[in-house]
Amino acid sequence: MASSHRISRRDFVKAVTATLSGVMGIAMGIPIISYLIDPALNVQSSEAWIPLGPLDGYPIGTPTAFSFTRSNINGWEKTVNSYGGFILRKSESESDILALSNRCTHLSCSVNWNEEREEYVCPCHDAQFDIEGEVNAGPPPHALDHFETKVEEGTLSVKFPAVLAHEG
Amino acid sequence: MMKNIYAWLDERLGFDDMYKMLLDRPEPHGNWWNTLGSASLFLFIMQGVTGIFLTVYYAPTPDHAYDSIQYIMNDVAFGWLIRGMHHWGASLMVFVVFIHMLRTFFSASYKYPRELTWMVGSVLFLLTLGMGFTGYLLPFNQRAYWATVVATNIGGVVPGIGPFILRALRGGTDVSALTLSRFFSAHIWMLPAALAGLIGLHLYLIMRHGESAYPDQDD
Repeated sequence: MASSHRISRRDFVKAVTATLSGVMGIAMGIPIISYLIDPALNVQSSEAWIPLGPLDGYPIGTPTAFSFTRSNINGWEKTVNSYGGFILRKSESESDILALSNRCTHLSCSVNWNEEREEYVCPCHDAQFDIEGEVNAGPPPHALDHFETKVEEGTLSVKFPAVLAHEG
Repeated sequence: MMKNIYAWLDERLGFDDMYKMLLDRPEPHGNWWNTLGSASLFLFIMQGVTGIFLTVYYAPTPDHAYDSIQYIMNDVAFGWLIRGMHHWGASLMVFVVFIHMLRTFFSASYKYPRELTWMVGSVLFLLTLGMGFTGYLLPFNQRAYWATVVATNIGGVVPGIGPFILRALRGGTDVSALTLSRFFSAHIWMLPAALAGLIGLHLYLIMRHGESAYPDQDD
């Protein structure tokens, strides 16, 4: 080469090709990686307060059933799930409320309140829970889950999802 | 270190020979029209790559095809870009392949000894149109559905075996879930496999015979 400052046509073409390939690689690489990992970055919180109507509608001392549905959107697919439970007002106080999930902790069947036996009974394997949700008999590993509750302007709400009996 | 690795690989793979054969071969005097084959190859690869990424979110069923594309376009990061490239790249590929074919025709490059390159190229052109035809149904919107109804009806007017062709294309008498899934299968597996194989043959023939020079006044 005559002078080290001169660049041959061949080297110039090589450098331009390499640069353009690099630019194209980055310009396409970033969108493609974002595209692939996008669902992993959009984690939607499923927590929500579910209003259950006026607190006056729930009698004191007797478990009263409630139910609600939650929809879940994954991409283009929407699934709707039903949830339910029982509100037990132990006294007039707005803080003295127990909201139990009706999901049996054994295999997730729905338990029912049996007025005569004064306990929740699961129709699947005859699990029995007392009025506070503790296990009386049967296969369940632990007590019924419960919902956090709050009362605002006379309206009772529960916090979804239900939590383990001994948490929160 | 790198040099040793390269030498080891080159001894076994023959990079240098490959480089000479693929990229360092003699070419007739340059002409931009001669680049259309490379452009077609680039578009094929681009359609392949963007298509592969589209299958990450696309669902080839009547229930979900439209919604999954809406999801790609509106919710996935850069989904609009990937699908946009695939959508516009498809039209561009048909166009570029066709112009490539016209150039070959007008420069008489199909003559001896390149007849087989031309024949394979003609099949490649038809396969490209097949990709356009099958891909058009996949968004499963009104336009896609009715275009496929009309286009498969065209197959149905072939004398004698028309009704059979119609049912074979549609996978039944109507454009249905079966049509969508068989078009999808053709679009992502059968036609691309045939295209890739024949492109390989096409390129081999081009390397074997070299590119044709343009005819001059004496030819």
